[in-house]
Amino acid sequence: MERFLETANRFFDLPLGVRSRLVLLVAALVLIPTYLFPLWQMTLYSNQFPDGLRLYIYSHKLEGARSPRRDDLREINTLNHYIGMRPLLESDFSEFKWIPLMVGIFFILALRAIVIGKMSNLVDTTVLFMYFGLFSFWSFYRRLYEYGHNLDPTAPVKVPPFMPPLFGSQQIANFRVHSYPGAASFFMVGFFLLSLVAIWLATKERRFREISPGAIG
Amino acid sequence: MRTKIALPWVIVSLVVAVAVTALVFSMRGRGPRVERGEVAEAAVATYVAPGDLDEYYLFYSGGHSGNVFVAGVPSMRHIATIPVFTPYPSTGYGFDKESREMLGEYTWGDVHHPALSETNGDYDGRWLFVNDNANNRVARIDLRDFKVKQILGPIPNISGYHGGSFVTPNTEYILAASRFSVPLPKGTYAPVEEYATRYKGVVSGIAVDPKTGEMSVGWQVLMPPFNFDLGDAGKGPSHGWAFWTSYNTERAIGKLEVTSTQRERDYIAAVNWRAAEQAIRDGKFTVIGGVKVIDPKTVPGVVYLIPCSKSPHGVDVSPDGRYIVASGKLASITTVFNIEKILTAIQNKNFTGEEDGIPVLNYDAVKDAEVNVGLGPLHTVFDDRGYAYTSLFVESAVAKWKLGTWEVVDKIPVSYNIGHLAAAEGDTVSPDGKYLVALNKLSHGRHLGVGPSQPESSQLIDISGEKMRLLYDAFTEPEPHYAQMIKADKLKPIEVYPKEENKHPHAIWDVKDAKIERRGNEVVVKMLAVRSSFEPWKIEVNQGDKVVIHLTNIEQTTDELHGFAIGEYNINVVVDPGETKTIEFVAHKPGVFPYYCTNFCSALHQEMQGYLLVKPRS
Repeated sequence: MERFLETANRFFDLPLGVRSRLVLLVAALVLIPTYLFPLWQMTLYSNQFPDGLRLYIYSHKLEGARSPRRDDLREINTLNHYIGMRPLLESDFSEFKWIPLMVGIFFILALRAIVIGKMSNLVDTTVLFMYFGLFSFWSFYRRLYEYGHNLDPTAPVKVPPFMPPLFGSQQIANFRVHSYPGAASFFMVGFFLLSLVAIWLATKERRFREISPGAIG
Repeated sequence: MRTKIALPWVIVSLVVAVAVTALVFSMRGRGPRVERGEVAEAAVATYVAPGDLDEYYLFYSGGHSGNVFVAGVPSMRHIATIPVFTPYPSTGYGFDKESREMLGEYTWGDVHHPALSETNGDYDGRWLFVNDNANNRVARIDLRDFKVKQILGPIPNISGYHGGSFVTPNTEYILAASRFSVPLPKGTYAPVEEYATRYKGVVSGIAVDPKTGEMSVGWQVLMPPFNFDLGDAGKGPSHGWAFWTSYNTERAIGKLEVTSTQRERDYIAAVNWRAAEQAIRDGKFTVIGGVKVIDPKTVPGVVYLIPCSKSPHGVDVSPDGRYIVASGKLASITTVFNIEKILTAIQNKNFTGEEDGIPVLNYDAVKDAEVNVGLGPLHTVFDDRGYAYTSLFVESAVAKWKLGTWEVVDKIPVSYNIGHLAAAEGDTVSPDGKYLVALNKLSHGRHLGVGPSQPESSQLIDISGEKMRLLYDAFTEPEPHYAQMIKADKLKPIEVYPKEENKHPHAIWDVKDAKIERRGNEVVVKMLAVRSSFEPWKIEVNQGDKVVIHLTNIEQTTDELHGFAIGEYNINVVVDPGETKTIEFVAHKPGVFPYYCTNFCSALHQEMQGYLLVKPRS
């Protein structure tokens, strides 16, 4: 037990080498485009919208595709009122406040790990980020569930409560709804993977320099 | 060493590559493509070579334009516009005395459902009737000359005349019904909060004289304040019955979108119009608004209610008259009722309730099938092989299904949001099949851009095969609510008005008869038009005189129309060959005003002019 704790302590005290810090820098930079691209996107296809009504969920905003011909978010909300679904309003989502804040914090945490150069900082950041990612995903899931289940009982068209798809596609009334993670989600996953790479590199660098293999189990 | 360092960078580049790929992928459209069919085959199927004629006439309602549009099928070419409830300078309609008097105080109407006259349930090619949803009128167009001959209305007690102008199998009656119930007679005030009790719906039969086509109110039945929507007349075994769908059987007011959609079922009103005729003959009516109205509370056996899936739109009788097909627009099923079952239920008093004394039939006892056609079914037409075609507004599609087996065999997407549909003679006892026109409400820019005011889209669909095939996109001005498609050889329109048929008391045929007569302050001009002059070519009047011009076009050659416009006097009539029109106005402005021919007629058309000289008051 003592030996294990010692090993763990040594592990968390490991310094980060140049290569792992560089990878971490790339990871931090990868967070920047998460502000520019959607985290998630839903596309609703029907006979009258063969090009699909497109809904983009960013970390900080909700947006429909806009063209000179159409504002998709407004159109989706107009159509949804027939089945008694609450309108999708940006102001109803607290996520749009805390997700960008959290991403910024992770950016700073990554920079901190680069500057201080310690494994413990890097592990903190990675584990917390994983929790943040899963929590955000759950939060999004819960939102979808609520929108699909809290339908106005006086709506002109009565549909059974439904769970909109999170991954993949599903037929809802006359719409084929496709739901997939957007580019920002891939950047988020990218941050996580790069953090793991940085951890791995750091342990490898150390192996090269000092201790015999097997010490960290 | 080198390979060991490279591995992490491979992962890094992989992460970036995946993200970029996802980004690019997310930008691409992946929607289902609209099935356009084989383009070359469709082109051949719709091409009518120059000089060749179309196979069918299509009479579109022009909605709130107040017009009826005439197109050819399969070319879908717009051939003519028949002005009905709206002045139309192109044909001079609404500028001459006779048409101005027909239009009355209204400058527009909301043309809804054109109906061709029928004999034994088949189109006879004599008249086309159209109803005005706004001002509660019905017009008769004579298909001999494609001109409006009578406008009846505003019809007493009918408010929001949407439920027409479908005809009974021998054009005994044109159906009429109220979509917007009001207190009766019209002009009565009652707070809208008393809607459920003091507002009244009415369903009615407008009688048509079998010889002249003259229309008059036949019978009316007082109904609860439901919104009566569409109708159809029974035929064969259901001959003698008239059917209307109704929504808002909640009798609700306010935001109807919500308040009128709460009940699970609304009703079809089934009227035994022979019983209605008998009641009128027996004096079992009260006079409301100057017409005979039957109150079903005191006259049983005239009207029954059939529960139907909620907020129904179309109710359509199959060619053999056995089935009554009703579509609840908020459902995904079309309900088929059987006339034999309806008659049996009436006989056995198999009722489940009543509304203001009107029996409600037992739904389960009268229905034959609930056909799962798809979302938002509105209206059904038929072909010659036992298939029904139902428009699906929400789904933007047409469903084809088999009568009897109730099996949906095909579906075709349309662009976009179809309202009604019209098949070749598809609402008669003997439909032709072949063609179907989807009258779509939205075009979503499938045409060259014309700004935010968009035309409607009408799509021609080939229904001769097993699978429906989209052939052609046509665009029409708002708004085709329904159409009638009739085989071209059933119509024999004239091309000139024969001289011997001109019974106008002031028609003249010879230049020597052209004259100007003054009677007090009235100046009467007998004028003729012929290539390329008006006689007289000069009219002198005093300011304030009433001027009456009887203008005869003495041509007897097809297409030799002459226009007659007076500049700055807001007058333009067009006189067809052999026709006489009367123009009346007060010469209130002094000065010299040219009159000229507006409808290009000949090489010297530009020279076809004259002067109205108005002498100022002292």
